[in-house]
Amino acid sequence: MTDNKLLEVEHLTMRFGGLVAIDDLSFTANTREITAIIGPNGAGKTTVFNCLTGFYVPTEGRLTLHANDGPRLLERTEGFRIPRNNGVARTFQNIRLFTGMTVLENLIVAQHNRLMEASAFSIAGLFNLGRYARAEKEAIEKAKFWLNKVGLYDQADWSAGNLPYGSQRRLEIARAMCTDPSLLCLDEPAAGLNPRESAELNILLQSIRDDQGVGCLLIEHDMSVVMQISDHVIVLDYGRKIADGNPEAVKNDPAVIRAYLGEEEDDELPPEVAADLNVDPNAH
Amino acid sequence: MSSAFASSRTNGSEIVKELAFFAVIALLMSVMILGVETVDRPTGLELAVRWDLVLIAIGSTVVGRLALIIRREAISRLVQALLITATAVAVFEMFVRFRDMDDRWASPVVFDMAFGSALSIVLAIAFVAIVFAIAYFSMKEHGVAEVDESTKLSSKIQLAYRSNTKKIGLVGIIFFIIFPFLFGENRSAIDLATLVMIYIMLGWGLNIVVGLAGLLDLGYVAFYAVGAYSYALLSQNFDLSFWLCLPLAGIFAASFGIILGFPVLRLRGDYLAIVTLGFGEIIRVVLINWYDFTGGPDGISSIERPSFFGLADFSRRVPDGAIGFNELFGMEYSSMHRLIFLYYLILALALVTSFVTMRLRKLPIGRAWEALREDEIACRSLGINPTNTKLSAFAIGAMFGGFAGAFFATRQGFISPESFTFLESAVILAIVVLGGMGSQIGVVLAAIVMIGFPEMFRELAEYRMLIFGAGIVAIMLWRPRGLLSFRDPTILLNMSQKEKVAGELK
Repeated sequence: MTDNKLLEVEHLTMRFGGLVAIDDLSFTANTREITAIIGPNGAGKTTVFNCLTGFYVPTEGRLTLHANDGPRLLERTEGFRIPRNNGVARTFQNIRLFTGMTVLENLIVAQHNRLMEASAFSIAGLFNLGRYARAEKEAIEKAKFWLNKVGLYDQADWSAGNLPYGSQRRLEIARAMCTDPSLLCLDEPAAGLNPRESAELNILLQSIRDDQGVGCLLIEHDMSVVMQISDHVIVLDYGRKIADGNPEAVKNDPAVIRAYLGEEEDDELPPEVAADLNVDPNAH
Repeated sequence: MSSAFASSRTNGSEIVKELAFFAVIALLMSVMILGVETVDRPTGLELAVRWDLVLIAIGSTVVGRLALIIRREAISRLVQALLITATAVAVFEMFVRFRDMDDRWASPVVFDMAFGSALSIVLAIAFVAIVFAIAYFSMKEHGVAEVDESTKLSSKIQLAYRSNTKKIGLVGIIFFIIFPFLFGENRSAIDLATLVMIYIMLGWGLNIVVGLAGLLDLGYVAFYAVGAYSYALLSQNFDLSFWLCLPLAGIFAASFGIILGFPVLRLRGDYLAIVTLGFGEIIRVVLINWYDFTGGPDGISSIERPSFFGLADFSRRVPDGAIGFNELFGMEYSSMHRLIFLYYLILALALVTSFVTMRLRKLPIGRAWEALREDEIACRSLGINPTNTKLSAFAIGAMFGGFAGAFFATRQGFISPESFTFLESAVILAIVVLGGMGSQIGVVLAAIVMIGFPEMFRELAEYRMLIFGAGIVAIMLWRPRGLLSFRDPTILLNMSQKEKVAGELK
């Protein structure tokens, strides 16, 4: 199990001024597995993603991605180079599509770097030389593959903004996959989906894991998604890891239940209040 | 007041009452301002009464109000558009009359213009057609009347336009190519066409930055200035020819684009606009104050005119060792040759700009520009380098501005910082915005509207600016996203362009 280690997070700490968003977090995620990160609101889940994908530079810690050609340190890579060179792709909690562009164009933009190279940084492309034409054809083929996969082939020429919400979520996943990632970070992919759509999402994510051999990191509040498809669950609360293990174990972990439902003692009223409330209702 | 007239259908007497009300208001407003004039007579100051002007003011108010009533009263859109056109022509007519007080009762000016010369026919038709088109299409969204037939007609026109953009562009190119043959002897027509073409080129160049990459640049004229001064200074100090300086001017302007690009990379929207505005002013202020280098406010004069690709010269007195253009082709000398050559030169430069832009749009870099305009964070998450993408947009846009600047310098023969004020930037930006951001043909239309019309109607003196302002307001009200604000996809999988447009119009 440990030999297919994909991502290793060691002592990750992220501070914003005095606020400690992530506190000494360590975990590993494996390739061909779905690792779910769950936790109450404000637990620091999205901050972990932002550190992994280069939007934030971590205050402390080491993020190692075990790519095919050896380990790479994500925290030392400039933001946009992480998806380009290291193969980390992500989706966003509030969908970020290129809404004015068509569905197909969204998927072609995702293959920007390969096409840019093929067009010799636009110089060869300007005159439509063979190499670029071929590369573009390949890019369209890849886009078609993912359009079929997420069931948007017939809407390929629609403006992305005109798609229904659920389709936009799937398109964002397809767009991330078009960058050929080895690690896919999904930030609440099931948010706003109806039960049928989230069942479809489960199938899509399982197929990405099994057929594409991609490791997935998943932030999700929808437990039906988390418990069904994830191989490994990490629970965060106030930036600390409070549980780590398979879904079954995490579900029954008392620390997790406490984080979600609150401490039992908190539910009890202070004695003096209880005494006041316990006054006999028939007294007056 | 408006609530009194808000009912959907009003009867005849109510309409008359409403018209009378507005006539009285027009009378009250115009009687003192227009109706009386102090005239300096030998006997002293006298009051002259000008009832005809008052009548015109009341008349046009009533006609205008009537047009509004007709619009409100749900009458066929075609009739509405005709009426609005008629009103516009009447108001236009009135403005002309205000200017020419002497022949106030002569035949209508529009009529005169239409039969004055070939150019004027085009002008008059274009004016009426544009007013009509704006009135007609504006009612698509805002018209009270929901007449099915005309709704279909307007979508048909849109469909025809959007699925035939290439053909329309081709017709436009052919028109501009044969233009000198139509107006070959008309010096002012060629001059005006050249001027419009410069702005078309600048509009297309700025379109890359504003329309595609979505970076609001208020200092575009700086690159135009860099191009113009590059050519002027290189030609004066090093005696380089225009054909060598043209690419150099482009390269210099592009480097300035990158220099501007670096500090503003993090900015967007209003903040970016302010910084680019400042950059434009810095360039101008440097040009004014660096007297030893740029000649300061005196500018640079007697800049070398372009030769015929280094083969022949256009001057009447050809310098030693060169041959004249007319000799080369065995023609009579004509001063028009140079003007027509300059026209074709800027036409070629503008077409190159347009071709490169259209091609870039379909390349990864162009798609990345558009993606960057839509969502920068998503771009970063896909591994697109936002720095390089923005800089390339700035550099390529600036390069075309530099080409246009070099052309401007060689055409004018004289440049000074006064040609590169903020107003120029604003005009170029207005062309891009009015045309519809990202639309190539829109820029052409807007350049004709913005540059061509005010020049053509120069005889209307300051009233042309009034009409111009009203026109801009009208476009912003009815087509807030520009005259032709459609984005055509760069690539389609299942549908043809026609089907795509038809689907959107449904």
